[in-house]
Amino acid sequence: MNGQNQKVDYVQVEQSEQFQQFMTKRKKFILPYTIFFLVFYFLLPICTSYTSFLNTPAIGDISWVWLFAFAQFVMTFVLSIVYVKKAGALDQEAELIIKNQIQKGGAA
Amino acid sequence: MNITVIALFLAIVLLTLVITYWAAKNTKTTGDFYTAGGGLTGFQNGIAISGDYLSAASFLGIAGAIALNGFDGFFYSIGFLIAYLVVMFLVAEPLRNLGKYTLADMINARFDAKKVRGAAALSTITIVIFYMIAQLVGAGALIQLLFGIKYWIAVLIVGVMMTIYVLFGGMIATSWVQIVKAVLLMAGMIIMTFLVLWKFHFNIGEMFTSVKSATSHGAAYLKPGIQYKDGLGTISLMVALVLGTSGLPHILMRFFTVKDAKTARSSVITATWTIGIFYILTLFLGFGAAAFVGQTKILEANPGGNMAAPLLAEAIGGELLFAFISAVAFATILAVVAGLVLSGASAFAHDLYAQIIKKGKVTERQQMMAARNASLAVSVLSIILALGAQKLNVAFLVSLAFCIAASANLPVILYTVYWKRFNTAGAITAILAGLISALVLVALSPSVMSPVPGAALITGEPIFPWANPALISVPLGFLGGYIGTILSKESDPVRYAEVKVKANIGYNEQS
Repeated sequence: MNGQNQKVDYVQVEQSEQFQQFMTKRKKFILPYTIFFLVFYFLLPICTSYTSFLNTPAIGDISWVWLFAFAQFVMTFVLSIVYVKKAGALDQEAELIIKNQIQKGGAA
Repeated sequence: MNITVIALFLAIVLLTLVITYWAAKNTKTTGDFYTAGGGLTGFQNGIAISGDYLSAASFLGIAGAIALNGFDGFFYSIGFLIAYLVVMFLVAEPLRNLGKYTLADMINARFDAKKVRGAAALSTITIVIFYMIAQLVGAGALIQLLFGIKYWIAVLIVGVMMTIYVLFGGMIATSWVQIVKAVLLMAGMIIMTFLVLWKFHFNIGEMFTSVKSATSHGAAYLKPGIQYKDGLGTISLMVALVLGTSGLPHILMRFFTVKDAKTARSSVITATWTIGIFYILTLFLGFGAAAFVGQTKILEANPGGNMAAPLLAEAIGGELLFAFISAVAFATILAVVAGLVLSGASAFAHDLYAQIIKKGKVTERQQMMAARNASLAVSVLSIILALGAQKLNVAFLVSLAFCIAASANLPVILYTVYWKRFNTAGAITAILAGLISALVLVALSPSVMSPVPGAALITGEPIFPWANPALISVPLGFLGGYIGTILSKESDPVRYAEVKVKANIGYNEQS
């Protein structure tokens, strides 16, 4: 890549509308999903430690605690697919910022 | 020891040596040595990450924990898995975008301070040494059981093999040994799960019903609370499991072996799926062992339950499967310790020697020499420590390593990428606060202090109540970084603008 010869003005890139929009979109999916999976995860040990309702049977001898545990796996697989989709959608915008701004030294 | 076991064992040794020979011919630069020249594909690296993660502790330890403690053993599987969402969402891509070989490189993308680099190298080395002793002592004990050889010979065999892989083949050999092992391990797990399910007529409901009466715990076996009775203690353990992974040096190093953030992303996805499937299968292994081997026999072989998986293989698949699973367990240990040596060596040779002592003014030849010398030194040191630690109960060292990784490394990684005001002083206080609080609290915990003589390192009432202090030490790491930052006036918004742009859009001037 080029850009070694000229000094890139990153402050200008950072403050550009294009980058600001990019960051808003990035934050919009990273933050809520992170909060969601951490809450979902910690609910399991909190529920098993302080309540006993998960011990009621759900399917035969399989109780709700196992279904909650399996749901953690399902959540992980689903969120990994979501992440790829959302992050992939932003790749193009990132490339545009590199092409339009950084490789021109930060001038938008 | 029978002929099949020896034959498979030798086949694994031979295969890994062929890989190392081929890798040695392709290891020409320091970049090749530390990070395989960034040349792994996303899929290859994903499998290698799974390999690094699925250590003997995961494979044998969790299967044993589920066999003995039912649901409580499964907590580990869940914590280790969700940890990958933290890696995926918060750490992997910015890390790849900012770093070169080590965690310290990444933090130094923001601060050109030797002290910060030194602090990061210190926490890396501490984690590696603890983790390594735990792995080697575990390996020695395990190989002793599997092959009937003496502890010190077992440690030496593992030690010499790992030294050979790293010294000659660097990251290329380590990665490919890891990939081969991960594939073998998954194959072994799938075969065993199939056999277990077959015995239960492919009826999961029947499996649950059967284990309800298979153990001395009775119906309680299927409920949480057999092992973890203290609520906050359990939550504290879960904090360490879910946040520790994204601070483990040998896992972080894996993100530098691919060419860019996109490839890093695809490798985390591959790893998440592989690891997810693996951890679901641990349930079948654990239940299978509880039903077909029985608790008495598992405990007789090893009080920690580590022999549950190999014994299950013997019970459902006979001698051949036992030999295969034993050989896979051996390969698992070898691959993981090799990765650990490499991450320890990079902190010594790259961070401490090349960047701090030589101030970055080293030739390619000197760097390579330093990398190899450091690898040799890390190997020898850990072999000696492992030989001396035979009689100690070292199981707590793994959770200590996770706890330090979560408390000392994760806060500084997150602050570096996401907090504008963060500065040099904050980086140092974050690392030190996390590192010291984790060390001190573990030293006062039931892992190190026990009223029963010989059960732990120190005899006495534990001062701190939880075996794993992450619930306290992780917030202390974050708090340390916060206080250090606001007490210092230093702030460099221009540099942060650069880091923020680079970390998020994946632009790298050198590439």
